[in-house]
Amino acid sequence: MTYAWDWLIFFKPSVTGEGLYGWMLVKGLGWTLLISLVSWLFALALGTVLGILRTVPDRWLAWPALLYVHCFRNTPLLVQLFLWFFVVPELLPPAWGNAIKQMTPTTGQFLTVVLCLSLYTAAKVAELVRAGIEALPPGQRAAGAAMGLTQIDVYRYVLLPQALRTIVPPLTSDFMNVFKNSAVALTIGLMELTGQSRQLSEFSAQSFEAFTAATLIYMGVTYGVVLAMRHVEKRARIPGMLGAAR
Amino acid sequence: MIAINNVSKWFGDFRVLTDCTTRIDKGEVVVVCGPSGSGKSTLIKTVNALEPFQQGEIIVDGVSVGRLGRGLPKLRARVGMVFQHFELFPHLTVTENLTLAQLRVLGRSKAEAVAKGLRYLERVGLALQKDKYPAQLSGGQQQRVAIARALAMDPIVMLFDEPTSALDPEMVGEVLDVMIGLANDGMTMMCVTHEMGFARKVSHRVIFMDEGRIVEDCGKDAFFGDAAERSPRAREFLSKILRH
Amino acid sequence: MAYDFEWSSIARAWPYLLDGMGTTLFLVAVGMALGVAFGTVLAILRLFGPRPVAALAAGYVNFFRSIPLILTIFWFFFLVPLVVRAVTGNPYFAVGPVYAAIAAFVLAESAYYCEIIRAGIGSVRAGQLQAARALGMTTAQALLYVVLPQAFRNMTPALINQTVALLKDTSLVYVISLNDFLGAAAKIGQRDGRQVEMFLFAAAVYLALCSLGTMGVHLLQRRGAPSRR
Repeated sequence: MTYAWDWLIFFKPSVTGEGLYGWMLVKGLGWTLLISLVSWLFALALGTVLGILRTVPDRWLAWPALLYVHCFRNTPLLVQLFLWFFVVPELLPPAWGNAIKQMTPTTGQFLTVVLCLSLYTAAKVAELVRAGIEALPPGQRAAGAAMGLTQIDVYRYVLLPQALRTIVPPLTSDFMNVFKNSAVALTIGLMELTGQSRQLSEFSAQSFEAFTAATLIYMGVTYGVVLAMRHVEKRARIPGMLGAAR
Repeated sequence: MIAINNVSKWFGDFRVLTDCTTRIDKGEVVVVCGPSGSGKSTLIKTVNALEPFQQGEIIVDGVSVGRLGRGLPKLRARVGMVFQHFELFPHLTVTENLTLAQLRVLGRSKAEAVAKGLRYLERVGLALQKDKYPAQLSGGQQQRVAIARALAMDPIVMLFDEPTSALDPEMVGEVLDVMIGLANDGMTMMCVTHEMGFARKVSHRVIFMDEGRIVEDCGKDAFFGDAAERSPRAREFLSKILRH
Repeated sequence: MAYDFEWSSIARAWPYLLDGMGTTLFLVAVGMALGVAFGTVLAILRLFGPRPVAALAAGYVNFFRSIPLILTIFWFFFLVPLVVRAVTGNPYFAVGPVYAAIAAFVLAESAYYCEIIRAGIGSVRAGQLQAARALGMTTAQALLYVVLPQAFRNMTPALINQTVALLKDTSLVYVISLNDFLGAAAKIGQRDGRQVEMFLFAAAVYLALCSLGTMGVHLLQRRGAPSRR
């Protein structure tokens, strides 16, 4: 194979004048982390609410939540991103549309990606929360009601504390997925880590080094997530509960 | 037929079996009993190497079980085993359960395998169920099919691991009847069981195990009759078990 | 809403869209078939293989599950032509992007299928393997005739779910400009200035296809696996 290796490429200046190639990757990583963490926080909040709504007896609350989850889980993430980026601005009232078009491109891309990824991930979190609540013995809800707690309080003091603890392991893999899914940002021009590695490979022709660096960084990030969640899991453990006994 | 010599097995610090020695001759029916955790299930599973062991030797029909490696399937085909939870293959019909191993392990022809399978199925009284799936049978029926499945391989010895422990009480009798019939026909049998009535009726010897050791190994009459000669542990066990 | 919809643009683009859908379905079919096959091999290696091999298989699975699929696609887009050229000795051999896509999907999805199959095998009672062995079957025979049939029956819902995920993942070939259904819709949308209609239509089609899959799974789960005791 006639391939010229150059592992020092990361310390060479980019032909685009943006600085060192290595620095491009660091910027990309910064976007990846920012997009992922912000989206994850929104997704957790919204997803928990939706998951709860899926389990309430009131049909008018449960069915819209079901519809939301179904639609957001049964279309590809990339399609959703394109809908938010290309379609929604056209369909909004002119005042909003103009406001969007006046944002700097980067801001527009960032907000779109975060919005899209938050809503997409929230649907997944909702399903986990629902499963966690439904896995609790039905007697828990009954016992809470028998004590005179309102439905909100039953969720707040009895169901959620237990359910959220048991779903920490599957949440880990959803958290990892957020980092991986953030890569779709490159399709609308926001150069996060994968996008930067692609650019690096195209500008410098050192594709192998570029992709290897990105791969190693992603592996490091996901490993970090696993460690962090293991810590959370340990602190969240309830002695004697099956889900937590790992 | 079966010689168990100084067999020991351990997991780290936990000794499952300690220095177990006994033998079973052709045509003998030996019952192994003891409290739970005494290692009796483990012991019987070492005979066909479903459980490995670290020390000692087991010889089945002249072949040392520990040294077989690749030859193990061939030996296992000659040793029949019946499990506590029946372990019929749920995705196959009764007939297919009976013939699968005959076809794949013994290489019999389909006609031969089906004929033999149905013969043993009739012997356990379930010929009409040949096309049913295990889930459609009661526990007692499933266990009888499991016995037929093991018999269809024409084994030289039958091992029973608590065959009636998972059955509802009213079905225990039908399975024990099959086992008594087998014993009366001269089959060499090693049975781990709590059914002392069966032991008294049909066994030749009783082995009592406690905490991984063989504590008693004597004739049936000595075990049940001569209580004073038995070890304190065995007497204690007998008094608890024979209360009903 | 100040947008002027023109839905006939979809009808005009029909042949092109159909072509794209063909590519999408092709990727799903090949990805699933080879992914399940390779995933089964990986699962068996992880569960029954000698320790170094099992560790390798585990490393493979963890690797493909820790990097974005887009990056995997880029990797193979770069590597597949290199490998083909090295193997054929022809430095100018043109390799279409679809081969890179297939390689990426088969290898990445097999990691996910492996985990499903591993769980499926684990869901079969341990006693079944023991009983098969006690009858004299080798491990291979026991797996083939007793364990795997039951495992696959138990994991059919999860396998279908993963295939639906694969369908969604195929849209990512957009990044190497391969014309799958989404790519075709995007291209027409850009060419005709009808991105709104095109993307809405594409979303509806994907939603319909995926819904078929997930609702099929629900039906299956409600009917219950016949082999369950």
